Amino acid sequence: MGQVTMAQALNTALRDSLRADPNVLVFGEDVGALGGVFRITEGLAAEFGEQRCFDSPLAEAGIVGTAVGMAMYGFRPVVEMQFDAFAYPAFEQITSHAAKLRNRTRGAVELPMVIRIPYGGGIGGVEHHSDSSEAYYTHTPGLTVVSPATPADAYSMLQEAITAADPVVFLEPKRRYWTKAEVELPAATEPMHRAVIRRAGTDVTLLAYGPMVATAMEAAEAARTEEGRDVEVVDLRSLSPLDEDTVCASVRKTGRAVIVHEAPVFGGYGAEVAATINRRCFHYLEAPVARVGGFDIPYPSPKLEEHHLPHTGRILDAIAELQWEEDR
Amino acid sequence: MAETATRSKPASGGAGKTRRNGTRSSGKRVQTGANNVFSGESPDTLRDYFRQMTLIRRFEERAAQGYTQAKIGGYCHLNLGEEATVVGLMSALRRSDYLFTNYREHGYALAKGIEPGRVMAELYGRTSGTSKGWGGSMHMFDVDSGLLGGYGIVGGQIPLATGAALAIDYRGGDQVVMCQLGDGTTNIGAFHESLNIAALWNLPVIFVVVNNQLGMGTTVEKSSAESELYKRAVAYRMHGERVDGNDVTAVNEAASRLVEHARATGEPALLETVSHRLKGHSVVDPSKYRSQESVDAARAADPVATFRARLIDSGVLDEDGAAEIERQAQADADAAVAFADDSPHPDVSTLFDYTYATPVANDSRRLPADPVF
Repeated sequence: MGQVTMAQALNTALRDSLRADPNVLVFGEDVGALGGVFRITEGLAAEFGEQRCFDSPLAEAGIVGTAVGMAMYGFRPVVEMQFDAFAYPAFEQITSHAAKLRNRTRGAVELPMVIRIPYGGGIGGVEHHSDSSEAYYTHTPGLTVVSPATPADAYSMLQEAITAADPVVFLEPKRRYWTKAEVELPAATEPMHRAVIRRAGTDVTLLAYGPMVATAMEAAEAARTEEGRDVEVVDLRSLSPLDEDTVCASVRKTGRAVIVHEAPVFGGYGAEVAATINRRCFHYLEAPVARVGGFDIPYPSPKLEEHHLPHTGRILDAIAELQWEEDR
Repeated sequence: MAETATRSKPASGGAGKTRRNGTRSSGKRVQTGANNVFSGESPDTLRDYFRQMTLIRRFEERAAQGYTQAKIGGYCHLNLGEEATVVGLMSALRRSDYLFTNYREHGYALAKGIEPGRVMAELYGRTSGTSKGWGGSMHMFDVDSGLLGGYGIVGGQIPLATGAALAIDYRGGDQVVMCQLGDGTTNIGAFHESLNIAALWNLPVIFVVVNNQLGMGTTVEKSSAESELYKRAVAYRMHGERVDGNDVTAVNEAASRLVEHARATGEPALLETVSHRLKGHSVVDPSKYRSQESVDAARAADPVATFRARLIDSGVLDEDGAAEIERQAQADADAAVAFADDSPHPDVSTLFDYTYATPVANDSRRLPADPVF
């Protein structure tokens, strides 16, 4: 056993995938000689050569489109978008081609490719470098959208994403890159499409993914010590598809649900989760489903981001408003 | 009209990949325009060009008819006026070579070797079409003949074609990718990104700008600071040249030379063909923005009529022979329509097929009449 950061786990997953399958290729801006802005691809070009891990020009549409063309030919490209908002120039290639070609051709081609995106805030990264862009992708049928929250999941889910037959948008919570955990690699966690219970509880379900899972865990502990509430935390892991059964089993047990994400609440992914809970768990609910997220503003400056991002205080406030028996 | 952009390319470093070796053939200048001189093509080849061009003409006329009869949904962009370009380009490719096109691709599908019935059935949205009726006019797709898509969004196909060429480069095959695009597309960012990548990494892809002088209703001069589009190649140290797109033999000569050079060396190139659109941008476009002069020029340059005259003048065809080819083309187009009309529509149950390769939990597969829970 050893202490492994999420960044190391991702790097190891890429290394093991490159080793396991000669069709796996890693490319993107500065992923070769530099090893990526966040060093996720560090050492890969040196170990596997520039045939397998190489720098591309600054051309996001070119990078993703080229990957689509290669995937059509049987390669498994893993491309990196340097930051969340840097992927927007490639939006057409992701949403109109990667997501739809299989359907458009009625299965004549498959696109086994991974688009890795360091995403979310919390590192003082300002606009363009801190976006939670998940809803853009989850709104596009044909894409699989996942986000790991732990080093073990980062390893296991990235490996599974690379072997998957469908294009995967792999959202890496950049503020958790340096989070350490005791992990023995290679680690095999739950299948990528499944949500998991990170902390069992009976009073209320906190639903989170990616960077907000750790925040939800902190809030759950605070709710126990400060409020005496027994909070269950569900790590969604996969946003599209959504593991409805795990979500609903938890909410049917607790009767209350709070969804936490960094993205602005309006039109955010939490609305989809809330709708699912309402549709499937209506008679089990003791209170309306609550959402805690970023404000409906462009990403703020570094000095203000702590207010914008959900934190323990805001989550406890949301829990407190869930129409508890003593308040009725 | 056969112009060449200056080009001096150093040894390409690219991504450090192995490159094929070869030498560049000398760029042969061809005589173009209306004359009776052919540069060595056999009479059979010339007659086959005429046969294919005539088939495309008749096919597109039937497509326009089908659209106005509401047999064809979506949008419908015709190759009328571009038959020489289409046939000249496609005759330069092997069946195993890959082709990516924009949405004006019916003729390319035919000339790449797909049966007319399957192409028309795709237009009609029927299950016997190249994409089982889901692609429609803009999204023909046929792996067997190497047509890796018509693409309905301007410029969308260019990075994909570049990626296919990169894949060929990795696999070490001798295939070549041709990426067809329109004049307006040269102003899309993906055009620049892709040409840079193709030249940087030395990829076997020929970008063909089919310059019909109108991007929908906007002229090349109004949209491109450098209206001689083949010169864009200079920025990437890529070979660029322009040919008369109304001259099937000139197009074929240039395309064949560039394709074979790419096959031998892996080097990309940019070929611009200049021709006219005989009709609107799509079937529903009345082209009111177009001057009578422009329409007259297009009609005068009609590549099918001029090529027919050249063949007869030069003795390759006689009037009866030409009429027989035209009769057969009409029969083939009519048969394609009949085949399409007789083919079934996709069943509503196929709505949920093919979105994902892996069945997923929230792929609800529910239709309005099904129970909600």
